Amino acid sequence: MSRTEEARRLAEAVPDPEIPVLTAGDLGLVRMVEEDGGRLVVRLTPTYSGCPASEAIRRDVEAALASGGFADAVVETSLAPAWTTDWMSEAGKTKLAAYGIAPPVRGPVSCPHCGGAAVEELSRFGSTPCKALWRCLGCREPFERFKCL
Amino acid sequence: MADALTAAYALRLGDDALILSHRLSEWVGHGPELEEDIALANTALDLLGQARLLLACAGEREGRGRDEDALAYGRDVLDFSNLLLVEQPNGDFAQTMMRQFLFDAYAVALWPRLSASRDEVLAGIAGKAAKEAAYHVEQSAAWVVRMGDGTEESHDRAQAGLDLLWPYAGEIFEADEVEAALAEKGIAVAPSALREHWQARVGPVLEEAGLAPPEGAGVRTGGRQGRHSEHLGHLLAEFQFMQRAYPGARW
Ligand SMILES: [Zn+2]
Repeated sequence: MSRTEEARRLAEAVPDPEIPVLTAGDLGLVRMVEEDGGRLVVRLTPTYSGCPASEAIRRDVEAALASGGFADAVVETSLAPAWTTDWMSEAGKTKLAAYGIAPPVRGPVSCPHCGGAAVEELSRFGSTPCKALWRCLGCREPFERFKCL
Repeated sequence: MADALTAAYALRLGDDALILSHRLSEWVGHGPELEEDIALANTALDLLGQARLLLACAGEREGRGRDEDALAYGRDVLDFSNLLLVEQPNGDFAQTMMRQFLFDAYAVALWPRLSASRDEVLAGIAGKAAKEAAYHVEQSAAWVVRMGDGTEESHDRAQAGLDLLWPYAGEIFEADEVEAALAEKGIAVAPSALREHWQARVGPVLEEAGLAPPEGAGVRTGGRQGRHSEHLGHLLAEFQFMQRAYPGARW
């Protein structure tokens, strides 16, 4: 494995502090890893402009790189192109559903608990910027949905 | 590279987001229902994120060593350049949602166009903000319709909010030498170019809501040049208190 591949593996393995089943890799946050004159540069993109998790992930990526032997790595923020949930990996979507959060799939939403299609939105906002509140009319359980962005 | 004009422009947009974010945050714990409390807080958080990026950009372009915190907490009222609209008090929920809708209709007109700016940093911030604003305006427009087309009480409150805030909307489309010079270079969006898009968004929603802008209302301006209403000073007194009392405090 090359240095950049190894650094990417370390950065992408960092878990999201608010939805720990997802990693930075699952979320598609690691936009670029390259060597710039012997210095390793990792570029991360934030999810929502004000999401506090973005800063935590950045610190965790810096720590993971440092403990993996990349003490001189530089973590930069890249805003464009703007993050989209289309960058979430298929594995990430599967893990989200298993965790009880409906993944950001464009089209009909289904209940992450019973798979039912009879669901309704309760609130367009939720406990974090990336989620909305829904409930299932079949199993009667409330659930969160990761919003499409 | 110091660039005073771009710094001033980024500061204007950043101050809009910062002050409106603070106003919305005043609702936390006081929302009419839990879902709306959460919605207002989430919207405030998105705006705060936009404000941080814009103020950081302004500080860098200014080249005087001021970061986002120095700009947010260390300026006096005359140095703020936000629109008068965003500093207006929350009033009741109808007034808050009307202020939000008039602003969101501006944001969804501005950000997609600014995302094509020749300034890469501004373009990047705008590209993110465009997505967030599109979500916000759906929420605020839905509430304007629901209250305007609701009970007599909710209609009257929504109309009162519109009567109060409408005179401040005209400032959105005003430009001085900052916007004019930057629009020419393809860095800023000329505010006058947004009027048509804003009206196309606002008109149908007000019509569906059964609300009408006040006739013969004048235009109140001055925020971009630091001439504010009395309300901003009170807001800053609370917002800046900690850094004024304990400069540089961290936790
Ligand atoms: Zn279910």
